[in-house]
Amino acid sequence: MLNKIYDWVDERLDITPIWRDIADHEVPEHVNPAHHFSAFVYCFGGLTFFITVIQILSGMFLTMYYVPDVENAWKSVYYLQNEVAFGEIVRGMHHWGASLVIVMMFLHTLRVFFTGSYKKPRELNWMVGVGIFGVMIGLGFTGYLLPWDMKALFATKVGIEIAASVPFIGQMIKVLLAGDATIIGAQTLTRFFAIHVFFLPAVLFGLLAAHFIMIRRQGVSGPL
Amino acid sequence: MSNNRVSRRQFLSYTLTGVGGFMAAGMLMPMVRFALDPVLQKHEGGDFVLTEQKIADITEAPIKVDFTFEQVDAWYKADVTNTAWVYKDGDVIVALSPVCKHLGCMVDWEHKDGNKNEFFCPCHAGRYTKNGGNIAGTPPLGPLDEFEVQEKDGYLMIGPSKPNTLV
Repeated sequence: MLNKIYDWVDERLDITPIWRDIADHEVPEHVNPAHHFSAFVYCFGGLTFFITVIQILSGMFLTMYYVPDVENAWKSVYYLQNEVAFGEIVRGMHHWGASLVIVMMFLHTLRVFFTGSYKKPRELNWMVGVGIFGVMIGLGFTGYLLPWDMKALFATKVGIEIAASVPFIGQMIKVLLAGDATIIGAQTLTRFFAIHVFFLPAVLFGLLAAHFIMIRRQGVSGPL
Repeated sequence: MSNNRVSRRQFLSYTLTGVGGFMAAGMLMPMVRFALDPVLQKHEGGDFVLTEQKIADITEAPIKVDFTFEQVDAWYKADVTNTAWVYKDGDVIVALSPVCKHLGCMVDWEHKDGNKNEFFCPCHAGRYTKNGGNIAGTPPLGPLDEFEVQEKDGYLMIGPSKPNTLV
């Protein structure tokens, strides 16, 4: 059945070369855990991406209930966690996944560092990776405020004070982030929500695409 | 055992699809159930709401009666005011829903563009008889819903709505 549908489409659009181009690539012996078990360290990049996909999916579903408003944000989070079926699971996926992305990304960075994979000709990919690291930290920081509980509020106050300590433009960054010179409130929450679900993910997709295109073009770095 | 030997390629493709499908299902199932929750939630029948309408003042001519109740909308609670068209049919009190069964506009009794002794919906000129029956040839496909009614200390109470029982 599925094969027939595939053949019908393929006959008309010749889609086989498209996915073959993406899926067919050599996995060298030194990165294949079936040959050397220690090669599992090469999995961390893929695991980071896998958890990122979970974050995107669970985040999409959470916005079905969440509202970024000072009156209702906490109540809507409480409702979706305690009243909606599997709410605890879906919010839990997003909550724990957020930490796990950072852990996996860190392990991936260590692997790249200790195998010297950042060296010529892969310097650009390292730089893009550092960009992804920054975006992920930004996603973590902006997402932390959204439940609008006491921990979120005070963590964001501290975070914004850190941003405000930048020489010369610190105060501008602070107002740009918080939406107000003194209040961490309604405008901060809407801004952080917009940054968390639209701006940073858009940047992230671009950087991830560049990261993957480059690794496919250059291949995995050689054995130690 | 059959003569069709399973090739290495087939075996791998089946196991990988199976394990992959299982993992994807484990990931997606909670999220899909989470999204479907409003559809699957059980709704309790509403309570009776006391109105300020004296039973004695209700006549044969339909009048608008407002009734206000606290509506729980997920995390948001608010007082909502709804309306019923109420009249006496002999000794029986009838309360009809004002929501047109065509596309949900509010019907009016003896509207200036409508006919005498009829409910009229100004959106698409839907017409109903006094007992809520839809008049053939006009847009509505069914009769107006009916509210359950009760009396308390001489005042009218309005309950949950039900399909029209008068037509």
